[in-house]
Amino acid sequence: MVVEIFSNSKQAISVVNSNSSIMFGGFVSAGSPSNLIIALHNDGIQNLTAIANNIGLGDKLDMLCEHKQIAKVIATFAIRASGDRKSNFEEQYHRGEVELELIPQGTFAERIRAGGAGIGGFLTPTGVGTVVAENKEVIRHNEKDYLLELPLRADFAFIKAYKADKLGNLIYRGASKNFNEIMATAADCVIAEVEEIVEVGELEPDRIDTPGIFIDRLVQCKPIEIRWTS
Amino acid sequence: MNQGLSRELIALRASKELHDGMYVNLGIGLPTLVSNFIDDLDITLQSENGILGYGNILEKDFDPDFINAGGQPVEILPEASFFNSAESFAMIRGGHIDVAILGGLQVAANGDLANWFVPERGGGSIGGAMDIAVGAKRLIITMAHTTKDGKPRILDRCLYPLTAETCVDLIITDLAVIEIVDNQLILLETAPGITVDEVLSLTEADMIIGTSIREMSL
Repeated sequence: MVVEIFSNSKQAISVVNSNSSIMFGGFVSAGSPSNLIIALHNDGIQNLTAIANNIGLGDKLDMLCEHKQIAKVIATFAIRASGDRKSNFEEQYHRGEVELELIPQGTFAERIRAGGAGIGGFLTPTGVGTVVAENKEVIRHNEKDYLLELPLRADFAFIKAYKADKLGNLIYRGASKNFNEIMATAADCVIAEVEEIVEVGELEPDRIDTPGIFIDRLVQCKPIEIRWTS
Repeated sequence: MNQGLSRELIALRASKELHDGMYVNLGIGLPTLVSNFIDDLDITLQSENGILGYGNILEKDFDPDFINAGGQPVEILPEASFFNSAESFAMIRGGHIDVAILGGLQVAANGDLANWFVPERGGGSIGGAMDIAVGAKRLIITMAHTTKDGKPRILDRCLYPLTAETCVDLIITDLAVIEIVDNQLILLETAPGITVDEVLSLTEADMIIGTSIREMSL
């Protein structure tokens, strides 16, 4: 399918329904699709499963908790061990109003990679002998224990890149590839927010990070600056 | 008893474990301070959010795309490269990181580490800690020797949920440097003004006194 280009983030996310699972790229301030998240906040759809590295660290994702749009979070960093300030998510989590699945970051990344690459699962030493191993199969191979981890996919992925061409070829800037590059492969519908859309041919083929085959919907937005708050 | 080392001096002592040519991952919190003491070394810092080759933490000119895993703006060195999180953890889990320095809550005599969840607070997050603990070739834990109310953190068995089993190689605290070899703690160094007996009395697990035990050089 050729990529569809939208003139604003509201239109770009208009296909998202309640009860959807959505991957959100980004790592704290780098590469978070904040314009798409704010559109989701304004839209008000409910009962979402949010899959993101972090929530409540200054990111806009925490806004989705203001009106309890999120039913479940799958993340690597969501609850702080110290610090006084609590995010909306943390307050809801401690009241038992939202479900949390906490995953080691490398396992989170690899599950998404597997989900996007048609891999049925993988063996990782991470989490052996910890709470992460609960209800998981332990497989011993070459005298070492591994957990069997399964792929992760979603209905939608919201990602943020630096530039796109009109066919959805993407390049990222700095440390913003993070989860964006892998989430772009692992959802049924991938919506990309970029700072600039250029003509086909203006991006060097050698420099494309995410080929346009992975992108369904594209919107150019002024980036929203966010910062870690601890 | 005498005061132990400040957080900065723990970081300084930890920096002495690093050598030219190493690829190093520094955890959030105290380990971040180690980067203040490595200017004379030819070391490449990796941050799990997808940077290899970053420098100092920047005080101003915040750019949201140039941050470390603690969300702090960092200087991007000429040799730097950026990559996605799956590739980042291929470096970490795949054994390409020579040394990782992480914070700790509890360490057991067998090298088990607990550093992500505080039961009293009902809080904590895993982040990259479990993968880093499993994957780094050498894992150094920097932490306070005891809790705020003086209870040992170096234990026979960790009471908090584990980060990883038998992963810790060296513990650097405000009071001592302790190596773990074959499920055995070995006291290598004491902080200036701290006696061996003081360290032993504030450590739950049994410890061998190293044959060449000495005061930390800082």
